[in-house]
Amino acid sequence: MRRNPGRRNLMWLAAGVGLVVLPFVYTSPYPLHIMITILIWSFAYTSWSMMGRFGLVSLGHGGFMGVGAYVTALAWNNLGLSPWLGIPLGLLCAAALALVVAWPCFRFRITGHYFALVTLALSGIVLQVITATRDVTGGSLGYTPNRVPGGSSIVAFQFTDKLTWYLIALTVWASGLVIWYYVQRSMLRYALEAISEDEDAAAAAGVNVTVEKLKITVLSAMMTAMAGALYCQYQMFVSPDTVSGIAVSLQMVFAVVVGGLYVAMGPTVGAVITILLAETLRISFGPAAVGWDNLIYGLLLVVFIIFLPQGILGSVMGALRREPVAKATARPVSI
Amino acid sequence: MAFFDIFLVEALINGLLLGGVLALLALGLNLIFGVIDVVWICYAELVMFGMYAMYYYANVYGISLWLAVPMAIASIGVMGVLLHVLVISPLLGSAPINQLLATGGVLFFLQSLATVMFGIEFRNLGIRLPTIEVAEVFISYARLLAFGAALAGMVALYLFLTRTYVGTAIRAISQDRQIMALMGVDTRRVYLITSAVGGSLAGLAACLLVLQYDVHPYVGLSFGPITFMICVMGGLGNMIGGFIAAFIFAEIISLGGLYLDLEWGYVFAFVFFIGMMFIRPEGLLARRS
Amino acid sequence: MLELKSVDAGYATFQALFGASLEVRLGEAVGVIGPNGAGKTTLMRVISGLIRPRGGQILWEGTDLATVPAHRIVELGVAHVPENRRLFPRMTVEDNLRMGAFMPAARPKFAERLAFVYDLFPRMKERRNQYAGTMSGGEQQMCAIGRALMSDPKILLMDEPSAGLAPVIVQQVFDLVKRIRASGLTVLIVEQNVQQVLRVVDRAYLLEAGTIRMSGTAEEMAASDIIREAYLGV
Repeated sequence: MRRNPGRRNLMWLAAGVGLVVLPFVYTSPYPLHIMITILIWSFAYTSWSMMGRFGLVSLGHGGFMGVGAYVTALAWNNLGLSPWLGIPLGLLCAAALALVVAWPCFRFRITGHYFALVTLALSGIVLQVITATRDVTGGSLGYTPNRVPGGSSIVAFQFTDKLTWYLIALTVWASGLVIWYYVQRSMLRYALEAISEDEDAAAAAGVNVTVEKLKITVLSAMMTAMAGALYCQYQMFVSPDTVSGIAVSLQMVFAVVVGGLYVAMGPTVGAVITILLAETLRISFGPAAVGWDNLIYGLLLVVFIIFLPQGILGSVMGALRREPVAKATARPVSI
Repeated sequence: MAFFDIFLVEALINGLLLGGVLALLALGLNLIFGVIDVVWICYAELVMFGMYAMYYYANVYGISLWLAVPMAIASIGVMGVLLHVLVISPLLGSAPINQLLATGGVLFFLQSLATVMFGIEFRNLGIRLPTIEVAEVFISYARLLAFGAALAGMVALYLFLTRTYVGTAIRAISQDRQIMALMGVDTRRVYLITSAVGGSLAGLAACLLVLQYDVHPYVGLSFGPITFMICVMGGLGNMIGGFIAAFIFAEIISLGGLYLDLEWGYVFAFVFFIGMMFIRPEGLLARRS
Repeated sequence: MLELKSVDAGYATFQALFGASLEVRLGEAVGVIGPNGAGKTTLMRVISGLIRPRGGQILWEGTDLATVPAHRIVELGVAHVPENRRLFPRMTVEDNLRMGAFMPAARPKFAERLAFVYDLFPRMKERRNQYAGTMSGGEQQMCAIGRALMSDPKILLMDEPSAGLAPVIVQQVFDLVKRIRASGLTVLIVEQNVQQVLRVVDRAYLLEAGTIRMSGTAEEMAASDIIREAYLGV
């Protein structure tokens, strides 16, 4: 888009203002709920894409979401720790987990298939831990953070008012995009791109491959944990399969691939598509829709990978820039 | 103290028996990866469908077990071929990440397909095999049978790979893919055969697992991650490494399950796995990176 | 028997052969010499089907090989010993030879061909159960040639048989080629070691930068000033 950059910024500003103003104008709770869900999951998907776009494909980010959600809820229920402290605690735990798992992988050059499988196992294990500690976490039945009387409290980070939640989710989502742009402009990005092209060459050029990879992994893990904690606080309920496990991890991958892995708004587009799809199915089919949404996701993921690996947004933007739409053989991100 | 020891021995033996089936699974995954250079992330889901196949053939349609078993094995063999033709083949030239994501999509798809087709209730084959007592140690007959069948399957695979032309070609492809045409080998055909064999191994494993466990759409999650860890530890593509790693992991799970809940066994296995990566990152006997 | 007519061939990013033409008659031994990067390996590959030509024809006993799927070319009697041997390192010598007899027509003759190859290379028989990757360069070359012979071919394409081998071993390999010729096999060799290859072939072509610059009998080529100056270091 070689148009006037000033005009572009104005467009973004208008869109941003529009988003903020939206809930004041259009106040019915159900669409707000959808918007909040979209925003939170967009943030989660954006977190995943922080790693994914550099070729570090993790199939286990559900694990980090689970850690963020459960640590926050458990700290509140058992220690009375306000989520204002609980959430940072959750982020730290996720970061620690990421370090413990990722450090040996990167240090010993475990990449590609191996790394993906390790992360896949990781999310599965987090799920197992949650199930195994059922006395504390409620296992597969799920866990509920204790509601404060009245339902709303800043200290408890609980709010009944959808409007408040909308603004919180919007802020978090926007900050995700800010982080994305920040990384985009940083040396970290160039280091990681070099690494994904050719690790040896990057190392020879003085890049500390392990450290750079760890940086983005820890960042991604913490952001994802944040999404998990937020989700838990909003829903006031969390269960192993809604936040951790393979299904969630794959859902993240699917949404980002469909939306567009290499563009900032791609994960958001992916979230819009997946959530609207799920809601449409739920409304049309009711309880019979169980399983159908994932069925369609799975099918679409395969179809997209084969025919449209840049995702919808990526392909559209590529077409706008008049690049050829990359087929499955292009952009071999070496991992 | 003797009381305690018996349980330990029991756990050790059960671990061995479990290891047999896990080794079968690892073999299938390694075969596919070694030949086609793709990881079927949805492998456990193929097994899950095999378990459902057995349930439907044997329980719902009342087919005799002797017929149901080969039917189930063949069904999943066909599934393997379909997977290759529809999903893997179009992506053979593209980046590994795309292949991974595609099989991930298939995993998703198969889990949901099972939910839609079969429902989420747990189903059981309903066969009660006895528990035998050998020198005060209780061993489930089902486990023993599974171990024996898994062993037989592995021997059959070994013979296939070493005594037949196609099997030799399969071994050769994993060592030098590009010159196969010079010897008259049609690599696409070998890929199809390999996919069929990989699927059949999954089908066999399914028959063995369904004797011992209930089937539901997400049962793949119980042994999928473990199988991947086994393969990574043994070295992806390394059949022998996977074989050995399978038994090690099985023992860890079994022993972990002895002293604590079964889930903790998996956690220990994962911790062990991470620990091994610090110590021997190339995997036990890894040959390829 | 084998005739290349104006063959163009190359890879995704560059063309290696420009209108190359040559022929090999029944029972002949023909050499193709030339410097590094001249396109010699490309020449071998385009005949055996590892790459496909972009132009021209490759006629083998009247059939254009460009129309034959790569894995069927060996069935027509064209066997290719690849550059750098390309044995299967973690398979035994005998398994490598077995792969040479993979094509359906060769399988019934496996025992007979195996005996022939072992007779030609007694050392292979000694090492039949040894992993191919653990053998020396010269032994691997013998095994690679043996593997190609397992399909009972009508023509043997050899790509730089001397590559990476010590001079003594190179001598042995070319003595071997002479013996193979003596059994009636037609041979096409591309080779950098001009001296050795001119010893064993009847005719030779000079390939430089993808085109045939010269051709003649072995004696003519050996006597030519161009060859002597550029390639024989005289």
